[in-house]
Amino acid sequence: MFKTKTKLIKDNKVYSRPAVGSVILLFGFILLIASIGLAISVGAAKINFITVWNSILNYDPSREADRIIVSLRLPRELGAAIVGAAFAVSGAIMQGMTRNPLADPGLLGLNAGASLALACVFAFNTGANYFTVMMISFIGAGIGAGMVFGLGSMSRGGLSPIRITLAGAAVSALLSSLGEGIALYFKLSQDLAFWTAGGVSGTNWAQLKLIVPVVIVGILIAVMFSRQLTILSFGEEVAKGLGQRTLLTKVVLMTVVLILAGAAVSLVGAIAFVGLMVPHIVRFLVGTDYRWIIPCSAIFGSVLMVLADTFARTVNAPYETPVGAVVAMIGVPFFLYLARKGGRKLS
Amino acid sequence: MMNPSQVKRIRITTIVAIVLLLAVFIISVATGFASLTPAELFRTIIGQGTPRENLILFEFRLPRIFVAILAGMGLAVSGAILQSLTKNPLSDPGILGINAGAGLMVVVYIMFFTVETSSFLYVLPLFALAGGMITATIIYVMSYIKGEGVEPTRLVLVGVGLAAALYGATLTLSTRLDMEDYSFMANWMAGRIWGDDWTFVLSLLPWICVLIPITLMKSNVLNTLNLHENVSIGVGVNTGRERIVLIMMAVALASASVAVSGGIGFVGLMAPHIARSLVGPRHQAFLPVAALIGAILLLASDTIGRVILDPSGIPAGIIVTIIGAPYFMYLLAKK
Repeated sequence: MFKTKTKLIKDNKVYSRPAVGSVILLFGFILLIASIGLAISVGAAKINFITVWNSILNYDPSREADRIIVSLRLPRELGAAIVGAAFAVSGAIMQGMTRNPLADPGLLGLNAGASLALACVFAFNTGANYFTVMMISFIGAGIGAGMVFGLGSMSRGGLSPIRITLAGAAVSALLSSLGEGIALYFKLSQDLAFWTAGGVSGTNWAQLKLIVPVVIVGILIAVMFSRQLTILSFGEEVAKGLGQRTLLTKVVLMTVVLILAGAAVSLVGAIAFVGLMVPHIVRFLVGTDYRWIIPCSAIFGSVLMVLADTFARTVNAPYETPVGAVVAMIGVPFFLYLARKGGRKLS
Repeated sequence: MMNPSQVKRIRITTIVAIVLLLAVFIISVATGFASLTPAELFRTIIGQGTPRENLILFEFRLPRIFVAILAGMGLAVSGAILQSLTKNPLSDPGILGINAGAGLMVVVYIMFFTVETSSFLYVLPLFALAGGMITATIIYVMSYIKGEGVEPTRLVLVGVGLAAALYGATLTLSTRLDMEDYSFMANWMAGRIWGDDWTFVLSLLPWICVLIPITLMKSNVLNTLNLHENVSIGVGVNTGRERIVLIMMAVALASASVAVSGGIGFVGLMAPHIARSLVGPRHQAFLPVAALIGAILLLASDTIGRVILDPSGIPAGIIVTIIGAPYFMYLLAKK
């Protein structure tokens, strides 16, 4: 390797816009707060912004509005936010690692694996606490990912982005059918349907206490490794040439992906397309440097999920529309656009 | 053109497939909640059954079995046409999203009409057909790129994506239904064969009886279309028109089948492949075999689902997917 590092980075056209990035991050954060505020205030019982603000600052259990906000709506919106961040960041990492613009935990079998694992938990161990549920869901996500990438490495010459997406679709179909079969066999389809289609509606503080630290640690690790991820996104040879220990980086990043996707699925069920869309939008805004992509993806993933959940809950009140369906309807046009581009270009 | 050993092979395969279908039929009648032993079945068929036996065979079992057989045939032939036209071994009405489009229209139908058996039922396949046609058009337009034409893998990918969106839309609409209709819809999407009444057999029968013979008559066109485009034009096939007619037939077969059988994928993928590996790629030979295998697959899956979980059953669609998805992966890895 005669090229210097900066030369290589220039060749690969990493363009980072720190100023834009900071503005976007700040703007995204404000947007997130605003959308959570909006989400809390709309619904069956309308509550205005000032009440929301007051009840969060000084909670008074004797007021009805406060009880609704603190025990029902706030955990729900925080749940949506954390899940959105987890999906978006795991999608961003996968897109960078595999250089596949169509990568998404929902499309590559992780979510289906985690929900199959959930079905097994409900079938064989009804008394499982939330921590166990979450751990098993990581394992399921790992199995799903393992199957897709195993299939990729089995075929000669590896799989193109399009083929790996198809492999993901097949693995997802298989795992979710197995999950559905188990659910029907053990007569727990209602529990499970609540779990998967109910979205974040059942989120409580106990779940949040477990999932929030896990997701935040996952995102922090992702941010710490974001520099390596940027280099990895040039391709394995380049990364090796720059002296990166690619295997270590890949193992760490893949673990983060599994943890994030598993944790998110254990809370909300299998939702695809958040991890697909958000990193693309963010990349368009802040460039191809993952040090900016990852935090921005986290923020915008949260915003997307909070808004999608609010829409899902209000569009056909008092019935809940599955939030996964809402996200799919937004996400698919995006997916089709990327598929049309043929999955050739990453950035 | 064909040597005698090939002719013999095709004949034997077809006969074996028919025997196998009969065997699955007998097993299906003999197993599960309220079953008939083969001896009882024989007695009932020749018209000497007890009222109970008559009731079980003619009211419970036969309609459902016929729906499974007809839908299996329809899906298999539809898959075979799509695979030949797109020159893509991964094509299947389920994977391409045509079933999902038909499903969306089924939910629309349910929102306006009742699912109770009535004369409206004959309209249901038409609704499904409209959904399937619109979806097929969108998929085709979306995967067409000027100068490149329709690249087969992209076609499948667009279908997969569109299926997800349509599925989402269906789910969203179904939450507006009341509980009873909703659970019906959830079962439909999982691929439960719900048409278990003679009315459903009658609403499906004309489609299968008309479209499959026409497809068989077009075997030669399919043979040439499966070759290079220039060859087809060279031997005098109006490729553009024939292609559109055949696609419409494939969509119609799939839509009519899933309207009655529920959203079932992978039958249309597997059956043509198995048939082709048994009797070779000539459509005259492999289309009938594919239809028989499709019927066997769906009937067997429905029976397995019924036996595993009596009496409500695991939807046939789930069983088919558990068998079919690994097959899809195998094809994907092999190529």
